[in-house]
Amino acid sequence: MADILVIAEHDNGQLKQATLAAVAFAHKVVADGGGSFNILVIGESVGGTAELLRPYGASNVLVADHAELRHPIGDKYAQIIADVAGQRGATMTVGAASTFSKDILPRAAALLDAGMLSDVIDVHRAGDEFIFKRVMFAGNVIATVKLDGAVKFLTVRATAFAHAPKGTESSPVVGVPVDAGKLPSFIEYGGREAKETSRPDSTEARVVVSGGRAIKNAEDFERLIGGLADALGGAVGSSRALVDAGVTPNSLQVGQTGKVVAPDLYIAVGISGAIQHLAGMKDTKVIVAINKDLDAPIFEVADFGLVGDAYQLIPELVEKLKK
Amino acid sequence: MKILVPLKRVPDPDTRIRIKSDGSGVDLDGVKFAVNPFDAIALEEALRIKEQLGEVEVVVATVGGEECVEQLRVGLAMGADRALLVKTADSLDWLAIAKVLVAVYRRENPEFVLMGKQAIDDDSNQVGQMLAALLGIGQATFVSKLELIENNHKARCGRETDAGIETVTVKLPAIITSDLRLNEPRYVSLPGIMKAKKKPLEEMGLPDLGLTVASRTQVLKLEPPAPRKAGLRVKTVDELLDKLKNDARVL
Repeated sequence: MADILVIAEHDNGQLKQATLAAVAFAHKVVADGGGSFNILVIGESVGGTAELLRPYGASNVLVADHAELRHPIGDKYAQIIADVAGQRGATMTVGAASTFSKDILPRAAALLDAGMLSDVIDVHRAGDEFIFKRVMFAGNVIATVKLDGAVKFLTVRATAFAHAPKGTESSPVVGVPVDAGKLPSFIEYGGREAKETSRPDSTEARVVVSGGRAIKNAEDFERLIGGLADALGGAVGSSRALVDAGVTPNSLQVGQTGKVVAPDLYIAVGISGAIQHLAGMKDTKVIVAINKDLDAPIFEVADFGLVGDAYQLIPELVEKLKK
Repeated sequence: MKILVPLKRVPDPDTRIRIKSDGSGVDLDGVKFAVNPFDAIALEEALRIKEQLGEVEVVVATVGGEECVEQLRVGLAMGADRALLVKTADSLDWLAIAKVLVAVYRRENPEFVLMGKQAIDDDSNQVGQMLAALLGIGQATFVSKLELIENNHKARCGRETDAGIETVTVKLPAIITSDLRLNEPRYVSLPGIMKAKKKPLEEMGLPDLGLTVASRTQVLKLEPPAPRKAGLRVKTVDELLDKLKNDARVL
């Protein structure tokens, strides 16, 4: 019987959809072998976020709400998670894989001397035990693993678990007392550089248009990649090369290090298709590659490949989509 | 000042990984090995701090078999002062490695630890954070910018997060894990390789550190991901749009 604690992720109160994939993981484990789960929301003034999580079948939506928790500072959040997981005897603590959960969950795990598995894509029961599958070697190897120990921590790939559907029941919201004086203070938050955008997050969009080395500068990126994304109502992404060159911000990077996306449609424009980039988008339903180089490795994974100059083809594509 | 840089021996990142037919492991036949790229970046940062401040000892350390000496020598050739191999034949998982590094840390007492955020073979991104928790010290993860401030008592770091670059200031000692854009590591030079031969490389076993650790993770099988269907080339934008609308039905 599993007792699962799902760690919700939000951005200043805005719930990240990936949380629903972590909830779906909890549903699967409970359906497989019994048990129950709670959801934990940490932050300041996050009552609204907690409300959004009530229709998903959790025993409780726990809320640790305090001014000290306004920003997701690693040492404070890990302490809260370890305290709540420990007090409630959670056998599994899980979050969707993201920089948020990767920063705090391993720290929380070690505080409880618990083992952890990252980027889990599947779970099933075999007798008394759980068998997990996780991703290795930039997505080129799937490992089937067991993790010993009564208490386990996990991050799950949001792309591997379809979002939990809403149910009819409403979970109670329960406040978790926060003793701010007892929280660690090794780390001081100093702000975030985040560009405002009306475009969806690439991890949440149905369509992602991604640009690579062929795109020469930020203006061209906005015009071509941004233009095509807007014509499709999609998100924008970037290969590492453009981030390194300062053309795009790091938050757009798709890859082994960067975001892992699995939209319905991924259009890779001027991206060669290095192993490290493929790691971030290989599970897309339909991959389109547009590249001048007919030998580019991206064509090996593309469902549809168009050889040519992005600077000619993208404006034509946008033009025809608008009709 | 002393900076401890744990590093890992991994298959070269551009290797086309092949799995043994029985799924028992990766086929390492003919595979070249390298210092994990993120660890090389961490070491490069430590070396730049050494060049800037002067009296800094950079110690590289790794956990594994004798073959790991190859990567420690690369670290020494890049400019590290000393190397440590904690020799073990056991395959240790992330919490176990973190526990070994706790013992190394207590032995070395560095001002801080700089290490890669993840190893490119298992992509776990756990060890640094676990080490910080076990030591009861701060952490700054996925760092792409590092500045020592307040008389080297704190580190102001830019962290690469999903939402953009976040700035944090962490009290030292702390565990700092490096991300891609922190720097570009230097190449190993021939003079560097020659100098490295004279630098201290110490080997010890887990009993020497007073440790008994075991992995809780058991790998049962490895397999490749499901292959994608072969794709097709289209010749024009019109053809692409037709395929997307009518065949793939994603538009």
